[in-house]
Amino acid sequence: MVFKLEPRAVSSRVMIYQSPIIAVFLTLLAGMVMFRLMGTDPLQALEAFFIEPISTMDGIAELLVKAAPLILIAIGLSIGFQANVWNIGAEGQLTIGALFGGSLALVFYELETPFLIPAMLLAGTFGGMVWAAIPALLKTRFNTNEILTSLMLTYVALLILSYLIHGPLRDPDGFNFPESRLFHNSALMPVLVEGTRLHIGILIALGVAIFAWLFIFKHMIGFQIRVVGLAPAAASFAGFKQKKLIWLALVISGGTAGLAGVIEVAGPIGQIVPVISPGYGFTAIIVAFLGRLHPIGVIFSGLLMALTYLGGDSAQITMNLPNAVTGVFQGMLLFFLLASDVLIRYRIKIR
Amino acid sequence: MKLSSILTSLAISAVSVLFLSAATISQADPLKVGFVYVGPIGDHGWSYEHNEGRLAVEKKFGGKVKTTYVEKVPEGADAQRVINKLASTGHNLIFTTSFGYMNPTLKVAKKHPKVHFEHATGFKRDKNVSTYSGRFYEGRHVAGLIAGKMTKSNVIGYVASFPIPEVIRGINAVSIAARSVNPEVKIKVVWVSTWFDPGKEADAAKTLIDQGADIIMQHTDSPAPVQVAEKRGVWALGQASDMTAFGPKAHLTAIIDNWAPYYISRTQAVLDGTWKSGDTWGGFKSGMVLMAPYNKAIPKEVVAMAEKARIGIIDGSVHAFTGPIKDQSGKIVIPAGKVASDGMLAGMNFYVQGVEGKIPQ
Repeated sequence: MVFKLEPRAVSSRVMIYQSPIIAVFLTLLAGMVMFRLMGTDPLQALEAFFIEPISTMDGIAELLVKAAPLILIAIGLSIGFQANVWNIGAEGQLTIGALFGGSLALVFYELETPFLIPAMLLAGTFGGMVWAAIPALLKTRFNTNEILTSLMLTYVALLILSYLIHGPLRDPDGFNFPESRLFHNSALMPVLVEGTRLHIGILIALGVAIFAWLFIFKHMIGFQIRVVGLAPAAASFAGFKQKKLIWLALVISGGTAGLAGVIEVAGPIGQIVPVISPGYGFTAIIVAFLGRLHPIGVIFSGLLMALTYLGGDSAQITMNLPNAVTGVFQGMLLFFLLASDVLIRYRIKIR
Repeated sequence: MKLSSILTSLAISAVSVLFLSAATISQADPLKVGFVYVGPIGDHGWSYEHNEGRLAVEKKFGGKVKTTYVEKVPEGADAQRVINKLASTGHNLIFTTSFGYMNPTLKVAKKHPKVHFEHATGFKRDKNVSTYSGRFYEGRHVAGLIAGKMTKSNVIGYVASFPIPEVIRGINAVSIAARSVNPEVKIKVVWVSTWFDPGKEADAAKTLIDQGADIIMQHTDSPAPVQVAEKRGVWALGQASDMTAFGPKAHLTAIIDNWAPYYISRTQAVLDGTWKSGDTWGGFKSGMVLMAPYNKAIPKEVVAMAEKARIGIIDGSVHAFTGPIKDQSGKIVIPAGKVASDGMLAGMNFYVQGVEGKIPQ
């Protein structure tokens, strides 16, 4: 019996949606083998990793808190990726967004107004857009590769944050420690469930997802974005303005990343700190692909990715497993997804 | 009659067994102690030593205590989740071992008033939140004396993490001590903006050696600077733990963070019900700061001088910040005959004479 990969005449539509499910299944299977080899009970370990974290209200709240920024960023990125615009710098756009929005909270400290939070959210979105506009300008003007420019601007953004937090934004009563003062209550995201950290950020993320779905599938520009990605030649024959679409793709993804940034500082963190994001901008790239670059898919993949972080905590606390387990799970997930994606264009033939 | 009496006695014995076992379980229910680390436990520096402290607690209390740790917890939104998770899974004493966990620890402590929290290096406390840190500057004083004697180029290279008072205090302590035995000494500082990044730390050490430093000191957590010093044939002073293994020739000595006595005494206090919130700043005297074995290459009289200073600090006759001390501009900041107050040390944000460059703002 020989297995052979045979090209399909037409890419399988079914497989596009089945492959993430296969990947999750294979990850679980490989995870069980790994746990067995480490000498822990595989089922107990999987339970600690995937079920225990969300067995309480607090756990579910934390899952949604963690997923909100991932979903937001991934939605923006997937719009760009569909147009073959590769924004790798969401981490930097998130940072600038957090700085724009967070600075507003510090400038208007103790200002009691319901408009502060909306203003901060707008400022954060704008900040992310500004940061993403630089690669857009460089690409449309000088044909610079946006993968490189957006990635490098991430490090510039982190240095700007470092400069500001060691200087102008530093807490005046904080013994020179590099962090801002705690935001005033009116600059914090309203909490949804009392006693947890669940705030309205997840609702914003869901709203943006629905809006993105309408935009991509029901609007003419969304259609153009998809055509540019699938068949650039056809798009130019049709007279679509490619430069405009590049601008749009980058600015939208920068905007959602910036929004995620301000939601983080005004939500679970509550101040500006030297490390705002533990790599959300990069993790969101996995989330976008795992979600098939589809807004609704991204919601599910964002939740799954968030769960792997929470699972890592509880695996360490209840099973004494090392922290590396989290990274291994995320790595396997991406690896198996890429592997299963072969089945979209090929089928397995047995003879 | 017989059967029923048997059944009754069975039932009684079953109940008593249940009752007894329940009683013994609750009596032997171990105290759960949680630890949150910013780095991996294998960093051979900061988090490694905190984990050594945890292991000492386990060893000391055996079955009376059960410890848990979570490593590599980022100092952002995640910290609060992890600390809260420990508090809500029955951990009654929780050590959060990085400055960035300060506000998250306080937020969680408000939600769990019965849980005892211990935050390392912070300055905010609460009824159930204590703070603790080491007087590492005492170790820096001894290290500075040795460095001042051992340097030929009179340039000490300093790999620094973040310009917070803790780090600036260490740099100043070294400058004051080294210049007390060798007034020609200059300190060059490279900021790497990280606590743990072997690559960046190594690059900084190389840069400093290229600029003439023949002694590398560090206030970062990986042994990479020591390794670079070994390779380039200059001296090094380890940080947080004994790093001799990473540079047997280069490693002069190291300042060891010894958390075990504190962790054991705080665990004991919770077991005894005598735990109280407070601030502990321990040095040589309480054993929270230790010196690693001195390198055989250090001349006997230098070792004797270093030991004399260490013992002097313990008995109170020596203080690392004894006036007259001038800042970079030459202005006297600590007058002759006075020593720096703890408040001044805690908020230190100026360089003393001998340190080159400016504190990044």
